Amino acid sequence: MEGSRLAVEARGARSREGDWRRNSRAREVRERVVKVLLTACAYLSIFTTVGIVIVLFEETVRFFLDVSVWEFLTSTRWVPSRGEFGVLPLVYGTLMATFIAIAVALPIGLLTAIYLSEYAPNSLRRWLKPALEILAGVPTVVYGYFALTFITPFFKDSLFPGMDTFNALAPGLIMGVMIIPTVASVSEDAIYAVPRSLREGAYALGATRRETATKIVIPAALSGIVAAVILGVSRAIGETMIVTIAMGAQANWLGSPLEGMQAMTAYIVQVVGGETPRGSVAFKSIFAVGSALFLMTLALNLISYWFVRRFREIY
Amino acid sequence: MAQGSRRAEGSKEGTGGPHFKANMAARYGFDRVFTVVVTVAALLGIAVLAVLLVDVVRDGSGMLSPGFLTSFPSQIFPENGGIYPALVGSLWLLGLTFLISVPLGLGAAVYLEEYAEDTRINRMIEINISNLAGVPSVIYGLLGLGIFVQLLAPVTGGASVLSGALTLSLLILPVIIVATREALRAIPRAIREGGYALGATRWEVIRSHLLPMALPGALTGIILALSRAIGEAAPILVVGVALYQTYATAGPLDGYMALPTQIYDWISRPQQVFQDSAAAGIVVIMVVLLVANSAAIVLRNRYQRRS
Repeated sequence: MEGSRLAVEARGARSREGDWRRNSRAREVRERVVKVLLTACAYLSIFTTVGIVIVLFEETVRFFLDVSVWEFLTSTRWVPSRGEFGVLPLVYGTLMATFIAIAVALPIGLLTAIYLSEYAPNSLRRWLKPALEILAGVPTVVYGYFALTFITPFFKDSLFPGMDTFNALAPGLIMGVMIIPTVASVSEDAIYAVPRSLREGAYALGATRRETATKIVIPAALSGIVAAVILGVSRAIGETMIVTIAMGAQANWLGSPLEGMQAMTAYIVQVVGGETPRGSVAFKSIFAVGSALFLMTLALNLISYWFVRRFREIY
Repeated sequence: MAQGSRRAEGSKEGTGGPHFKANMAARYGFDRVFTVVVTVAALLGIAVLAVLLVDVVRDGSGMLSPGFLTSFPSQIFPENGGIYPALVGSLWLLGLTFLISVPLGLGAAVYLEEYAEDTRINRMIEINISNLAGVPSVIYGLLGLGIFVQLLAPVTGGASVLSGALTLSLLILPVIIVATREALRAIPRAIREGGYALGATRWEVIRSHLLPMALPGALTGIILALSRAIGEAAPILVVGVALYQTYATAGPLDGYMALPTQIYDWISRPQQVFQDSAAAGIVVIMVVLLVANSAAIVLRNRYQRRS
């Protein structure tokens, strides 16, 4: 239908020479305007990045007029109400939750990827993949609620009676569940890209299915799997609501996973939602913490991007 | 090192026949164990999701009623409270985010796929978009706070639903762009060349053929992106969503509440009745998201079968 309209337009243009020329100039102008508009849409992404960098760094520089960079990076005391701004306890909280999350998501995500690509019958695969995507689409406040009202009480009643109401273990575990789909889908892509001939070579040599999967396919897909894990780490570091709800609001340097602690992302949300006056040092500190967070995830994303590209080049 | 040990294994197998057989039994046994482990691992995530849903429905069922959807939250009679202003606010966020992010996302995708040549700046845009997809959502909140809430306050009205929607739009743009580009890339070259051969300009081919053909694929990405936007709490908390207000949002420059932040507010109160309200709110948002996700999956399956 659309095609025939095009044809009619073209025919009409050919029969009326004068119209065609005038029309053609109008069309040329329209083409140019459209191209400019579309280019602007694409360049918006650059402006977004530039905007993030400017906003973060402007306020961060102001923060560093009040607090020394050295104190921020090396002090292990984070008590904004007393003017103590050492970021390490927040980084520790973030990394503790991330470590627990990856300890869950790496083995389960990888095994899921192996199952999906090497074991699952096609019919099961067709509904398992979308179901996993739903896991990634659950709002993080929901996971936070689950960690606080289900997982923590469960641990308190069974394994760890002395556990704090706010702790790193429960949100870490749940964050791991949230990241499973990320690790699984990126590593499945990598596993999928391993040529069939490698598998068949292994089978021909008498390898069992498990041996083929763990000794041939996984090593061949390793760089993609590393990329998946790095991406998972980056997700976990940036995750906000689970740790805000279930890990607590008290910075805790070198605490155990059973104690409450504060993550970098949680600090930002808790300060913005609290009574901290705009323009105070504590308010500016959220931008400094944000900058640190941005640089950490940026580095991880770039490394992961590099790994994916490298693995693509092999096959 | 690994290779050395493998070679040693090989020589052992070569020399002793009986030993080899015993080994086979162990290997097949291990193989069966591994099959079970892999299957359990693959189903574990789904199992957690199922437990989560059952738990939430059990906690929230007492609060769920038609009145829950149409009442304001209440501090004095929390058991009669509801999510009306949060629901309205989330719908405003959804609508505005749709209006802002879809044209921008489609535009950027069309430019990158149909116009952009392989220049340094275009490659930079591509890397940049994939990086933006990995920036934590709370950072987008800080961006929105600096630009939309503070710098552009005369235009956006400060902490308005418009500022919230602009922030969420920037957050989900990479998702929309990536999905639309993939849909455009799947369209055969012949369609474009047929259009040009008939004298159509580039934009005419895009508007009449490429966009309609890419729509199902793009729409899947758009639905997934918007359902992510609806569930996000962190960025709108930073750009100043209201945790309580006495009116429902009626215009783009009004203040707003939202479902995920209402849930967050309830969770952070100690009383059981608020916890139950949070669970009921979660049931509502999960129903909305499951419907949206299923729609996206159905759409994608139909589209994949056709192409």
